[in-house]
Order: sequence, then C-alpha cells, then structure tokens
Amino acid sequence: MMDAIEKKLLKEVADLDALPVGAYNIRANGQPGGRHTTANIDITTKADKPGIDIHIKPGTVNESVHIPVILSQTGLKDLVYNDFYIGENADVTIIAGCGIHNCGGADAQHDGIHTFYLAKNAKLRYVEKHYGEGEGRGKRLMNPTTIVHLAEGAHMEMETTQIAGIDDTLRKTSGDLAAGASLVVHDKIMTTGNQHAIADFAVDLNGDGCSANVISRSVAKDKSQQEFISRLNGNCACAGHTECDAIIMDHACVLASPQLTANNVDASLIHEAAIGKIAGEQLVKLMTLGLTEKQAEDQIVNGFLK
Amino acid sequence: MLELKHVGFETEGNKEILHDVNLTINDRFVAITGPNGGGKSTLAKVIAGIYTPTAGQILLDGVDITNLSITERANLGVSYAFQQPVRFKGLQVHDLLGLAAGKDTTVNEACNYLSEVGLCARDYIDREIDASLSGGELKRIEIAMVLARATKLSIFDEPEAGIDLWSFQNLIRVFEKMYERTRGTILIISHQERILNIADTIVVIKGGQVDKVGPRAQLLPCLLGSADAGGACSVLADKVEGVRG
Repeated sequence: MMDAIEKKLLKEVADLDALPVGAYNIRANGQPGGRHTTANIDITTKADKPGIDIHIKPGTVNESVHIPVILSQTGLKDLVYNDFYIGENADVTIIAGCGIHNCGGADAQHDGIHTFYLAKNAKLRYVEKHYGEGEGRGKRLMNPTTIVHLAEGAHMEMETTQIAGIDDTLRKTSGDLAAGASLVVHDKIMTTGNQHAIADFAVDLNGDGCSANVISRSVAKDKSQQEFISRLNGNCACAGHTECDAIIMDHACVLASPQLTANNVDASLIHEAAIGKIAGEQLVKLMTLGLTEKQAEDQIVNGFLK
Repeated sequence: MLELKHVGFETEGNKEILHDVNLTINDRFVAITGPNGGGKSTLAKVIAGIYTPTAGQILLDGVDITNLSITERANLGVSYAFQQPVRFKGLQVHDLLGLAAGKDTTVNEACNYLSEVGLCARDYIDREIDASLSGGELKRIEIAMVLARATKLSIFDEPEAGIDLWSFQNLIRVFEKMYERTRGTILIISHQERILNIADTIVVIKGGQVDKVGPRAQLLPCLLGSADAGGACSVLADKVEGVRG
C-alpha cells in the first residue's frame, strides 16, 4: 500500500489518482509497486540488471503504458534500465515519470536509462515528468538517459518536463533515424535556487526523408544554472530543426549551444537560440489587467512552460 | 469622473512631454486627437499609471490616484488597450480573456467578447498570443480584453491602427455597446474622423498641452477645416499647400 507522500508523488509525475487503466509498472523505492499487462503489452523484469522490458505487439493502437517511479527514502540511489520494443504500425502512449520526496539528510537519486526500439511505421508518444520535493538537506538528483532507435517511417514525440525540485540533473537524449522517420522533442525545464541542469541532445539523421525537431523552453530563476546542448547530424537528405528559448531571471545563468553538422548536401538544418529576461511590456500589460508584478511574472512563466 | 490637475511629465533626460494639463472627463465618449508627437499617448499612459507624472494630480471619482501603481489603478477601474499589443509565448487567448475578466471564462463568455470584435471564439480561444497572430488579430483581441474587464474608464490608444480591413462601423458599434454595459467613460486617442464623429467631447493635445477642448459639434468642423492640425513648420506647410493647390 502506498502512503500519502507516495500517492502525491504519483499524482505529480503521472497525474494518477488511482491505478491507471491499461498496462502499468510502478516502481517505489527501488522495489516493484504493482504491474499490469494487457493482451498486446507485456512487461517483464530483466534478469541481468535492474529494470524492465516492455514489448508492444505490432498493430497495437490506442493503448497506453504507465511506468512511474517514486522515491521517498532518503539516501536511496536507484538505477534502472528500461527497454521498450514498439511493434510495426503500433500507435501507443507511454507515460513515464519520476518523483522524489527527500526529507532526510542524504541524497536521493534516480537514474533511468530508457531505450526505445520503434519498428517500421510505429508511432509513439512518450511523456516524462520529473518532480522533486521535501525539506531535507539531502539533494534530489535525476539523470535520465533516453536512447531512441527509429526504423523506417517510425514517428516519436517526446514531451519531457522538469518543473520543480530537482537539484541536479543531466538529461541525455540520443537518437538515430532511418528513412522517413521523424522525431519531435519538447523539453521544458525550470530551475530555481542553486539547481543545476544539463540537457544534452544528439540526433543522427541517417535515412533519406527523415526529420528531427528538438524544442526546448526553459526558465532559470535565482542562482540556478542551465546548459542546453543540441547536436543534429544530417547524414542524408533530411530536415533538422533545434530551438532553445530561455527566460533568465535573478542571478541565473543559461548556456545554449545548438550544433549542426551537415554531411550531405541535401541536409537542411536550422538552429535557433534565444535567451532573455521577461519583457517589461509583458509585465505592464498584465498589470493593466489588475495583476501584481509578481502575479504577472508567474503567469508569463507558467504560460511559457505550458 | 476623471480629473487631471496641472499634470506634467518629463522624461529622465528632462525632456518635457506634458505641461500643465488640466482636464475633466465626465462624458461617455471622449476622443483625444492632435498632431503626432504632441503627447497624446504619454497622457494615456500617465492616466493608466504606466508613467508616473512628474507634476500635478490625477483624480478618479474624487480619489487621488496620482501615486497609485498600474495594478492599483486597474483594480479601481482603469483599463488600457495598447497601441501596439504585446505578444506572449505560451499564453493563449482564453488565458488573457480570463485574466481580464478576473475569472475563468467559458467558451460562451469568450465568444461574447470575441464576436464583438469580429473574431470567432472557436477559431481563436486556443490560439497563442504570439507571432502567429497578425497585427490586426492582436488588436481585436486587445479590444476584447477591455470588453471583458468592463471597467468605468476604458482607454484606447489608437484602436483603429492595424485593423484596416475591418470596417470602422463595427468598431464604433463595439464602443457603443461597451458603454451600454459599463456605464463608464471611453477615452480614445484617434486621428480618424469617423471616431471623432461619435465622440461627445473632443480634446486636442498639442505641444504637450491641452490646445482645445469642447463638444464635438463645436470642435470637429474647426479641426477638419484647419490646415494647422499637423502643426507643421512653414516650409512644410508651403509644400503641402503646393501639392494641394
């Protein structure tokens, strides 16, 4: 049975009030916390290392898998390897997320290494949310690694969010795309206090007609530091776009480093990066609607990260 | 009722933009007009609290609002529609309408406000107020926000700018309806004859001062007939005359 803290974490990272419908695997404090499989979705525990394998049968449509991880023990370091095999022509949603509640003095850490294998023409929407809370002195650390292999015509849409409470994070995402495949990444992050976050994307565009779009929106407050690195390698006739849009506040620091490599004359690659404070006229506009400066700032930040 | 007493405004570089402006606004529809650079927009911003006057006093229904913030004035019933509406990444039309109305707006309520300015709520409610909207669309949404606020004083800084394709008749209808609902005062900065033509009172601001003020019937004919409305220098005036001649 989950306690109140664990239930709240589950709500934050997976928007779940109760056990989800469809397939799920819940990991709580490094231990299995419940699993359900369906006729089309199988979840098995790895024999050689911590983690699970998720197999989704070809042609599976309109099904979802929830795989939340929650940590509420201080001092726990959790490392998992989760592999996802999405069958041909499947069209599914996977909702992952990690919540840490650390009220103790030792660091709590979760490192998830997720590898996705999308078969021909498979479609996947992958949602990942990271959240930390707790008043303890111990840090809340997360280092997610996501590796995606997209076969011909496969399409993957990733939405990754880290809005609050993670002290230190290194998010590594890498992908390779075969002909006609497409990858869209929407990464959202907000850091406060002395937090430090690095988002590192590397995508190899290998098959003709494939495309990648990596979009990051971030807000850095207080004395927090962020680094955004995005590398697109165009090795064929392909389209790549990467964009970093950051709001910087207080004494924060943001580094944006988009990198493009074209190894083929037909590779069309674009990068955009913009870092700036909230525009004064935006604050004034919302204040003329009756909001205080602080309320206006919160609205602008929330909207930006929505 | 809005009263301005000896209001002055200087920039940080000590450039005087407004000088001893005295004005009492009590009509339902007041148009402020005058040559470019005469101080009209500055006056509107001073009333809304975006600029703090460097001299004088502003009273709203007898309450001294001279030193009140933008937020405090907004909450006392001052609305302000920007000449160049601000864009926001991520915020959607229904977010801003909700903030303007002071509550979450339903689709029906949003439809009421947006249809008044010629936009279909279904098409716009989820649109982001970003670069994807045209200048004209933004302008209409800006006006819809003032409608949603329904305050006693609504200031519009050149509302006709940027909505060329939209008939002025509709714009005028919007202002008439707004008045019916708010029983308030509409203060419009405009150069357009058709806007001036529905005003109860016209105020001419020139050189940072009130040049003329009076009922439309009295002032409009004189404005339309005046070659001096642009405040141009004699060389320019001669050339303009030459072209006309």
